[in-house]
Amino acid sequence: MSSSHVLSISTFIFALAAFFYMAALIFKKPRLTLPARWTVVAAVVATTAGLLLRWVESYQMGIGHAPLSNLYESLVFFSWTAGVIYLFVEFKYKNALIGAFVTPIAFLAMAYASMSPNISDRIQPLVPALKSNWLIAHVATCFFGYAAFAIAFGMSIMYLIKARNPEKIEGIIGHLPKLDVLDELTHRMVLFGFLFLTGGIITGAVWANSAWGSYWSWDPKETWSLITWFVYATLLHARLMRGWEGKQIAYLSILGFAAVLFTYFGVNLLPGLHSYGKV
Amino acid sequence: MAQIIVAHHEEFFLKNANPLWKFFCSVTLTIVLLLSLATTSIIGTVIPQNESPDAYLHAYGAFRYQLLSTLGIFDMYHSWWFQGLLLLLTINIVVCSIDRLSGSWKLIFTRSPKVRPERFTNRSDARTLTDKRNTEELVSVYEPIVARRYAFCKVTRSNNGAVIYGEKGRLSRLGVYIVHLSVILLLLGGLAGSFFGFEGYVNIAEGEATDTIRLRNTGQIHRLDFQIRCDDFSLTLYETGAPKEYRSALTILEGGQAVKQKDIIVNDPLRYRGINIFQSSYGKLQPEKMPRPETPVAGPAEAYTLNFTSRASGMSYTVSAKVGVPVDIPEGLGKFVVMAYEAETAFRGMDVGAALKGILTPKAGEPVEVLLPLKFANFDKMRGGDVMIAVANQPQEKFTPQQSAEERYYTGLQVTNDPGVWLVYTGFILMIAGCFATFYLSHQQVCIVIEQLRKNSRVTFAGTTNRNKLAMKNTTEKIFNAMTNS
Repeated sequence: MSSSHVLSISTFIFALAAFFYMAALIFKKPRLTLPARWTVVAAVVATTAGLLLRWVESYQMGIGHAPLSNLYESLVFFSWTAGVIYLFVEFKYKNALIGAFVTPIAFLAMAYASMSPNISDRIQPLVPALKSNWLIAHVATCFFGYAAFAIAFGMSIMYLIKARNPEKIEGIIGHLPKLDVLDELTHRMVLFGFLFLTGGIITGAVWANSAWGSYWSWDPKETWSLITWFVYATLLHARLMRGWEGKQIAYLSILGFAAVLFTYFGVNLLPGLHSYGKV
Repeated sequence: MAQIIVAHHEEFFLKNANPLWKFFCSVTLTIVLLLSLATTSIIGTVIPQNESPDAYLHAYGAFRYQLLSTLGIFDMYHSWWFQGLLLLLTINIVVCSIDRLSGSWKLIFTRSPKVRPERFTNRSDARTLTDKRNTEELVSVYEPIVARRYAFCKVTRSNNGAVIYGEKGRLSRLGVYIVHLSVILLLLGGLAGSFFGFEGYVNIAEGEATDTIRLRNTGQIHRLDFQIRCDDFSLTLYETGAPKEYRSALTILEGGQAVKQKDIIVNDPLRYRGINIFQSSYGKLQPEKMPRPETPVAGPAEAYTLNFTSRASGMSYTVSAKVGVPVDIPEGLGKFVVMAYEAETAFRGMDVGAALKGILTPKAGEPVEVLLPLKFANFDKMRGGDVMIAVANQPQEKFTPQQSAEERYYTGLQVTNDPGVWLVYTGFILMIAGCFATFYLSHQQVCIVIEQLRKNSRVTFAGTTNRNKLAMKNTTEKIFNAMTNS
């Protein structure tokens, strides 16, 4: 079985997990979150296997490199990190329904990678610019950051839904975690994401300096990662120093994730150095 | 207590501060500046930066070009207003940090922190218990519980009881100042680089050496203290045709002597005396650049004398042909028509000078276009047809096809010197360390107050932290359990 098959299967397992969480939420069956959690575990295991297999396959083809070199591989890796971070959050904060807002994001990324006609899932050889040990460090830190921001985004959406009627105890809204819990978790995820985004920008700068001789050149991807960094820096200062919380933070977190998405996808529409992320 | 001190301090400061200090002390200003930087940075990602004025004029028209150019939009990250925003942010960071650090300096750097038990006993989450044991017995039991978890542990005894105080992570309060310091270092490093460093590029043909580069921003010539020679450039491709490696064999020459030799590839530059040489691009040499003696050539004419040589018989025939009028080739080998004279022609990337273009229609088969360089009478032999055509009575040069097949490359190098890099890298390390300390470490304090009553002791316990209250709640829970079970 090839890595593409394994990753297609894990796409469906992510879909199943998303289905379980949604069902648990919509039909008010908290029991369903237990199979849901194990489905996420299965999806993460399958994705791990798929990525490792892909790594091995690239060596068999004689063009060995870590599976982090193009849009397809980065999307798969994004889903993997989202799954891993989510499992950690569920384990630590014992709040399973957050999965209803996270697993669909992971599934959509996998599905987009597998099914979009514009994205090739072939293992391609590395272009000279990507042949560096910084590749793994840079891509891994960036994507841990992106995944944490995606989870924060999911929680912010939950917060805004819940905040419309916080006292209601029945229905979907009633099943969502309490507002202060969501607020705190969003903040924790943003802290984690900010640390990794900072790490991602820094490893990228050090890499650029060793490959092109300049650690910062205002290329659109660099600039957009900095814009994202500014947005989340604003969020942290607003919360810690001006006491913003709740809706204000949720809106900033959504704005920040929009900047993440543009850094990831939108920049490909603009000219610049980071063209290997293109389809 | 910390809050009281800070509040008091701020009051004191604000009363005496000038309005400028107050303005730069505000976090609202920070938020406004961060969001302004985020928003304006978008412009430079949408409008391509540092292109030629012609390209902008073409894209935007004269009026908008003038407007955008005045606003510095075409090099916006170096424009006065963007740099101004960065300067404001810098002042904001420095003023805020000084202001806050001066307030908490004593708290962070004290050798023996003053303990005010009421700060803990007055807390709403303070827990109490009574125990039959006396103060000394309780201290001997509780002190290890606190000391095990807190690096700093102090017991103060009084007439009617004792206070056990523990704390840890006091220095983590410095994390945020380290992050702010790192931002300043990054900006200083960038400034140092732009003032004292340079960034340039140079194209060097294989086998040639140079010591002059062109600076990227200004286009000025910059002379290095040494020469760079490109001994060889090679391009390897994958089977798919995608580039696999660009490799330049470089030699550094000082006073004509080779002092350093290295093959550079992308991601593996050559560093020499603080100057970094990177593989950046490559290209094939333009045919004009091929060194070759000039041969005078005749301009266009109405008619040419052509030599037709039959391959089968080896016989040569001379025929006069007017441009545009077909002539018959002897031995019934077909027809030939001279279509045009061209002053500059190239064959497989090589300059072959003035030539005639014509169409040969063989006896059997499709018509073919034939190129006849005036100065290379043997040129058409390469085609390998039944008839070889040459233009007669022209000054000749020797044509050696082997030489033309071998392409010559030049390597494109990026040459930089940035004395600010170490500042920037120091900033990077401090930023990661500072962010980690600020996000994941906290200054935790706990206090157990023992009051000796007549028959038993009353114990009050509380803890406080500057961050991550949730985790602290668990910790105090655990400590209190340990106290009740001891």
